[in-house]
Amino acid sequence: MENILQEIGIDNYIYLSTLLFCVGAFGVLFRRNAIVMFMSIEIMLNAVNLLLVAFSTYHQDAAGQIFVFFSMAVAAAEVAVGLAILVAVYRNVKGIDIDNLKNLKG
Amino acid sequence: MEILIAIAGLGIICLIAEIFNARKAIVPISIVGLIAVLVYTVGRCLKGGKEFISGLAMDGKGYFNMLVSDKYSLAFSSLFILLAIFLIALSPDFHKNHKPKLSDFVATKLFLLTGAIAMVAFGNLSMFFLGIEVLSISLYVLAASEPKNLKSNEAGMKYFLMGAFASGLILFGIALIYGATGSFDTAVIQTKALSPDLPKWFSIGFVLLSIGLLFKIAAVPFHFWAPDVYEGSPALTTATMSTLAKVAAIAAFFKLAYALNPVLSGRFITIINVVAIASMLIGNLVALKQTNVKRMLAFSGISHAGYMLLIFQLHGLTAAQSNLFFYAVAYSIAGIAAFAVVLSVCGNKGDEQIFNFNGLGKTNPVLALVLTCALLSMAGIPVFAGFFAKFNLFSQVLSKGMNSPSAQGIITALILVIAAVVSSIISVGYYFKLIIAMYSKEPNEDSQPLVVPFAYKAVAIVSFVLIIAIGLWPDLASSLIRRTVLVENMIKNKII
Repeated sequence: MENILQEIGIDNYIYLSTLLFCVGAFGVLFRRNAIVMFMSIEIMLNAVNLLLVAFSTYHQDAAGQIFVFFSMAVAAAEVAVGLAILVAVYRNVKGIDIDNLKNLKG
Repeated sequence: MEILIAIAGLGIICLIAEIFNARKAIVPISIVGLIAVLVYTVGRCLKGGKEFISGLAMDGKGYFNMLVSDKYSLAFSSLFILLAIFLIALSPDFHKNHKPKLSDFVATKLFLLTGAIAMVAFGNLSMFFLGIEVLSISLYVLAASEPKNLKSNEAGMKYFLMGAFASGLILFGIALIYGATGSFDTAVIQTKALSPDLPKWFSIGFVLLSIGLLFKIAAVPFHFWAPDVYEGSPALTTATMSTLAKVAAIAAFFKLAYALNPVLSGRFITIINVVAIASMLIGNLVALKQTNVKRMLAFSGISHAGYMLLIFQLHGLTAAQSNLFFYAVAYSIAGIAAFAVVLSVCGNKGDEQIFNFNGLGKTNPVLALVLTCALLSMAGIPVFAGFFAKFNLFSQVLSKGMNSPSAQGIITALILVIAAVVSSIISVGYYFKLIIAMYSKEPNEDSQPLVVPFAYKAVAIVSFVLIIAIGLWPDLASSLIRRTVLVENMIKNKII
């Protein structure tokens, strides 16, 4: 494992996961379909998981990989709640387009 | 640790009580349990507990420094438990149309409380992350807890998307900090942060963490979700968000900033100052034109977040901690009092426009008095706790600036205090809009006589008494976080 990491270099892992994180962030900001937004959030969280695992190997320390389990569990709980909200929205407006939700304005 | 276990256990007992058809016992059991936990926490807090000295408080050795019980975390935990008692006392009447779901609502609030406590008592970043997620996920559920109401759906969806985005930023920040230091333990991170060959990722990670937390606090560039979410959520959830969740996020932000960095850089403090000034001014100015009370209180909450961010200016951790705690107590208890009245007036109407409050001074003078005092306390009028909180904070920021050797320090302090005072004056404008509606307008003709449940009245009056008591004897609150004369006397007389 260390050899692969040394050959590729920790920097490239950081670049890759930053790129993935940005893909996710722009997805949340620009897509209007709620499901796609959820998927983008998952991409953000998984980019971080990748980074944590890479750093965990880099430091030869297991704590990072344990943290990934926490963050996976939390992401699963979060998306479960999000999908429940989405089902409630769908029952009311018969659509999952986020633009339908514009009733609250100042 | 015992506090967390006890509260989580209470939440599970609530869920089990529903299975065994003991629905009536849920609220009394959880309130009595929480009062017991509160007494225990306050006792521990008064008796000792080391002061929080930027991250290195190693009191939690038995738990691998996962949780630390220093004075800071114990004091904030007791504030959260108090707020949770109020919020749970309000629930049975608020959810009277959803009786079968009462155990879910109460249990969710209890789990939310564990998250809030983990957020301030963390010694390890993984504990912090779990705490903030438990708090946020419970709040997503509560915000969308009226599935047939489109407004509640929308609020839940918006809060979920913003919250998940902010969690992503926080997680990325934690990953970068882990990469730079090789540990999640704040004590280790703090020592590593001093070494000269620290990778650049550390600062990037810290900035991402701060941005994520400023989202949760709803400070100005990241505040846009707050008004919509506050307006759309059920009123009791709005009360939870604007008191418990906001105070927990600010307390966690302060602790995190000092736990990760032994010395905060001047640039970071400058940015926080800009955020604070923007939050105070924009929050208060936009609140002026709101006609919905919940929305108005959302903007008022944004401005209060701005005031609370001023603590980064203060000299020394002890001063900053006790000021932050006092301000948080004053703000959140006034918020609970205000929301108790808003719930009693608008509980079943579904909209919280200001004209619903017309003539409340005649139809229900007690509630009108409580709401008036709560708003005056938030505005910072003397006798109430809010005035002393603001006065102490502003005067200490000013005196620190005046003692600083450079002209820049003096100017910064002057700008901050002038902005804070001006925005407080602006805030009086919209707080009085509500007070004038209550006292000088005639009651609406089509309104039915107000039937106020006992729990609403009790919470309103207890929090009203607390606002005044803490205003008159500030040591009641400050004793929790530092050794005041009151604590010394109690120790001398062997009361504790």
